[in-house]
Amino acid sequence: MSTGLVSVAYVVASICFILSLGGLSHQESARRGNLYGVAGIIIAVGATLASVGDGGIIAIVIAVLIGAGIGIPIANKVEMTQMPQLVALLHSFVGLAAVLVGFSGYIEPLIATTGAEHTIKLVEVFVGIFIGAVTFTGSLVACGKLDGRIDSKALTLPGRHLMNLVAVIACVLLGAWFLGTNSMAFGLISLVLMTAIASVLGIHLIMAIGGADMPVVVSMLNSYSGWAAASIGFMLGNDLLIVTGALVGSSGAILSYIMCKAMNRSFISVILGGFGQTSSSSATADADQTVHESSVDDVCDELRTADSVIIVPGYGMAVAQAQNGVSDMTRILRERGVDVRFGIHPVAGRLPGHMNVLLAEAHVPYDIVLEMDEINADFPETDVVLVIGANDTVNPAAAEDPGSPIAGMPVLEVWKARQVVVLKRGMATGYSGVENPLFFKDNTRMLFGDAKESIDKLVSSLRS
Amino acid sequence: MKIGIPREIFKDERRVAATPPSVHKLIGLGYEVVVEGGAGEAANYSDEAYEKVGAAIASDTTLLWEEADFILKVRAPMKNPALNKHEADLMKEGAFLVSYIWPAQNPELLEKLAARKITSFAIDSLPRISRAQKMDALSAMANIAGYRAVIEAANNFGRFFTGQVTAAGKVPPAKIMVIGAGVAGLAAIGAANSMGAIVRAFDTRLEVKEQVESMGAEFLELDFGDEEGSGSGGYAKQMSDEFIKAEMALFAEQAKEVDIIITTALIPGKPAPKLITADMVKSMKPGSVIVDLASERGGNCELTEPGKVAHQHGVTLIGYTDLPSRMAKVASDLYATNLVHLLTELTPEKDGQPVVNMEDDVIRGLTVVKENDITWPPPQPEAPVSPAPPPGTEEPSAADMAAAKKDADRRSLIGKGALLIVTVLALYGVGAHAPESFLQHFTVFVLACFIGWQVIWNVTPSLHTPLMSVTNAISGIIVIGAILHLAQAANIAVGIMAFIAVLIASINVGGGFRVTHRMLKMFRK
Repeated sequence: MSTGLVSVAYVVASICFILSLGGLSHQESARRGNLYGVAGIIIAVGATLASVGDGGIIAIVIAVLIGAGIGIPIANKVEMTQMPQLVALLHSFVGLAAVLVGFSGYIEPLIATTGAEHTIKLVEVFVGIFIGAVTFTGSLVACGKLDGRIDSKALTLPGRHLMNLVAVIACVLLGAWFLGTNSMAFGLISLVLMTAIASVLGIHLIMAIGGADMPVVVSMLNSYSGWAAASIGFMLGNDLLIVTGALVGSSGAILSYIMCKAMNRSFISVILGGFGQTSSSSATADADQTVHESSVDDVCDELRTADSVIIVPGYGMAVAQAQNGVSDMTRILRERGVDVRFGIHPVAGRLPGHMNVLLAEAHVPYDIVLEMDEINADFPETDVVLVIGANDTVNPAAAEDPGSPIAGMPVLEVWKARQVVVLKRGMATGYSGVENPLFFKDNTRMLFGDAKESIDKLVSSLRS
Repeated sequence: MKIGIPREIFKDERRVAATPPSVHKLIGLGYEVVVEGGAGEAANYSDEAYEKVGAAIASDTTLLWEEADFILKVRAPMKNPALNKHEADLMKEGAFLVSYIWPAQNPELLEKLAARKITSFAIDSLPRISRAQKMDALSAMANIAGYRAVIEAANNFGRFFTGQVTAAGKVPPAKIMVIGAGVAGLAAIGAANSMGAIVRAFDTRLEVKEQVESMGAEFLELDFGDEEGSGSGGYAKQMSDEFIKAEMALFAEQAKEVDIIITTALIPGKPAPKLITADMVKSMKPGSVIVDLASERGGNCELTEPGKVAHQHGVTLIGYTDLPSRMAKVASDLYATNLVHLLTELTPEKDGQPVVNMEDDVIRGLTVVKENDITWPPPQPEAPVSPAPPPGTEEPSAADMAAAKKDADRRSLIGKGALLIVTVLALYGVGAHAPESFLQHFTVFVLACFIGWQVIWNVTPSLHTPLMSVTNAISGIIVIGAILHLAQAANIAVGIMAFIAVLIASINVGGGFRVTHRMLKMFRK
């Protein structure tokens, strides 16, 4: 295939990717968007295969088939609650691939370069491997944390900012050495050293970030994997890689930004991690506060007599796997003519949009699943709000107590409803470690216990 | 211990201090309960219903009073005309009593009770703190009164509340002004609003504006500097003369326009303020209605006659003092529940033995007579009463906020400026020194970043997870680079590395698209 044809195929593939991302912006076009993505990658790989001719084609096809043969069954099997782990794991693959391609590109450059071009190419190799390595180990740690294999608490080593800084400086120095040397052996040594440092940096960076910041972290790693692909593209002089990498990189960065805004926190502070671990709760427990406990029967009565119900799920629903029960309950209530809707906080769960995916899996129609901004104004006219395993995202202190560590974070204003029922295991604080005054409000009833069990009991007593 | 529920003897009092469900709970607290025959009749509770939950029925009034160790009632003890004896004198010495007492207005009753060593809890003296809300009978009754006020107004008003366009002509909606947005006022606003009237409300406390608006009324505001009418305990305080003048002017103007006025203004320990003058009543349209919820305390309108419906200058003035009693069923239910909560507090051991813990703010406030001591008024709690400052004062002043914002703006401006300079320098460096081939790629890169930014910005948050998994799959495009290397690998190490890279990138591509597809399939209407 001529280079001209390959270039045209790459342009088509790039357009497919742009259409794919564009398609994902609305429910109606989302599936088509995914198909555009598949088409793009098939065109790109096909054109590349055609352009390389016979050389190693068998090895390539074998590798692709094995890869797809592993990837697709995993994707078929994975539980929706394990989605965050899977996405993080897949990010790490991109990071590792970038590292490997970077090394290959250094040892055996596809295009011979000299002078300034050579220097630039070396910088690209170096940067590509650096980002790839950070993405690789960082994503693995994120995956472990999301999977519960690694403690999801933020690891805050003393002087961690300094350590990160030292690691970055060391990498820059190694980079200078790498650019200065003419020997392939020294170059490789410095590359390997840098990869090791970057890997440790990746582990340490993500270890320092706590569980509830995971949505930001995952989308940030997504962004990194894009930048890694882009810098490999620069190294290879391949525009398709550059375009795609830049698309992914910028989209991940924007997602992270949206998440951070939803938590009213700066991007930097999330990346540097360790939020809420040092600040003990400023709201002192008030002697004047009593918790009103409720029972399944009472809640059932409340729901039966309600005209409008809003369900606010949080990470607790995902942990208890209560989404199917919630869906059943929604259906029963809707059949009785109750107006049931869902209010989703942008950072609920461990992945952006985590709750939406879980609810969709349980067949909750997506048009009754609303965003915080869409539903916040409706709470005062709502009869019953069911808070299932959410805590910080419904904390009135964020809106009312300027001294609170989470002050200013936009929250779902559930306490304005006539009655709030909180399903919760116990009185523990949420991720931020801040006391939640919602639990002590007069219109709040607590239904203690495992969310799944409570919901199942509610469903059976609603049926009877 | 034996709890006695006497029949109310106050004229037209239909409420009762205990209902069958509440009796059931009282028995659960370890008490015996005796109910006077016919006590719940006016509230639609039969003697049988009480018997069914375990209460004894006493037919003899005197016996009930003498036997009971703890009397629960609604109205303050008064002289029983049939027996020609005061209810306080009927009681067993050293017994307990819960009822309305109004200790400020009834000093002689307090003395009578103290003489009989009757430990008395005045439900009307409950401290207004959040923990005590479940016992707050005043609020519960005010809520009912507010609702009923609207019903009485509607009953005496010759038009619809809601505006209608019918084949027989157009009917304008009723315009209602509510003065005082306490519990009763808010309940009235809610009821009137739900019947379709146009509701306006006035209150000297600016902090209630939000509550008024949340109930669906327009808040009438006086343009009057900083004077603010919040007193302690959620009540209004008395205002300055100029304020009252401006307020009266507002009412005079509104009186000409509105069809119904509902007044609920009270100042603790003082007669109700006169807000609607005879002239204002005269200026109202014929057929208008005034409901004066303050009539028991003298009335907010000069012309109201307490307890009666009066007609003056074509305006109906409703001065009923027994609005909660007119809805005896719900009023009894709520009142009885308030008392159950109080007895739950008084009986921590659930053994039927009340413990009067004078260290407890709520109990201290309620207790007006302890054995033979008059303990009213209670010591002033440190102001403010409620632990949470009233909303409004906690917000930083506008000036502070403006200054903070200016500061933040300046900082962000400096940040933006610095960023701009760095960007310009970096672009200059690239342009001046980088080779042609790099610049081409660089152009593509920058443009792609912007496209990504534009495309992603509008994604609905519910699709963030699929979006992320699709971008993840797309970033598997790195497989191209790996393929190129694998195809031309001369070095075996490079070949192996490239092979692995192709393999894992393919996992990513295959898995990523597949899982996205699965997720998207689940999203359905």
